[in-house]
Amino acid sequence: MQISPDQWIIVQWGPVTLNASIVFTWFTMALLTVGSWLITRRITDSHEMSHWQNLLEVIVTGTQDQIRDVTGQDPKHYIPLIGTLFLFIAVSNLLAIVPGFRPPTGSLSTTTALALCVLIAVPVFGIAKSGVLGYLRKYIRPTPLMLPFNIIGEISRTIALAIRLYGNIMSGTVIVAILISVAPFFFPVVMQLLGLLTGLIQAYIFAMLAIVYISSATADNHNIIPSHETGAT
Amino acid sequence: MDNVGLIGAVSIITAGLTIAVGSIGPALGEARAASQALQAIAQQPDEANTITRTLFVSLAMIESTAIYCFVVAMILIFANPFWDAVSKAG
Repeated sequence: MQISPDQWIIVQWGPVTLNASIVFTWFTMALLTVGSWLITRRITDSHEMSHWQNLLEVIVTGTQDQIRDVTGQDPKHYIPLIGTLFLFIAVSNLLAIVPGFRPPTGSLSTTTALALCVLIAVPVFGIAKSGVLGYLRKYIRPTPLMLPFNIIGEISRTIALAIRLYGNIMSGTVIVAILISVAPFFFPVVMQLLGLLTGLIQAYIFAMLAIVYISSATADNHNIIPSHETGAT
Repeated sequence: MDNVGLIGAVSIITAGLTIAVGSIGPALGEARAASQALQAIAQQPDEANTITRTLFVSLAMIESTAIYCFVVAMILIFANPFWDAVSKAG
């Protein structure tokens, strides 16, 4: 049994192999790009808008609101990264119900690539906000003794981010495959429904954790918690 | 029992133990987190949005330990590295 779409080789030209992860990743990206291009081609600011434009506006404003709630900053700089992560993971997880489609997020290489994007984005946003020295100073806070633990924490949370998404999506695929051989038709359908729910929640959680990590690197040290929430002056 | 049979038996028993023991802790932790969040929502319904978001993120954090155990169990059953070593040697 193939537990990863990496092992499903579609085309092979000599040393170059094209596996299912790559094909379905590009398929998802093409779907997102062509879909948004088709919808935003006839965009309008009147009250008479198309259903699809309404859908896109709900997604964009919802993402903006979530980012603003978590970071307490202007979401303008973060929405390209966070929105792309969320949309890519959500669409590839939801397409899992299409027969023949293997979600590329069920492969450890895809999720590792996504987690590495977050690992790199954290210092980039942190340095853009507070400068190189200001960002590096966060590693020796509260004391320089914490330096190794901060570095280990940075690496381990990246690994956790990758394994969490991979484990959830891969478990959905494997459970359906096992149930098809044990109890065909009914139970696999129920588990597919559950898989849709977990897929969407995992996409939300991945984007949420990414924005939490980024906001912890960009937050000012004096008002990590806004004062109106704690009640302090 | 030859090596292949021994590896198979030990892998399957270990996979079962891994997922059994590894799901107890996260189950208790998630139950506690969810019940506390319900209590907090009941006391402060206005803060339900913030509490729900924090609950989702923390549930994902707690659940990831169970997911690690699941991944290890799956590797032991479907992608066991010792199978290849034994089948190459023998």
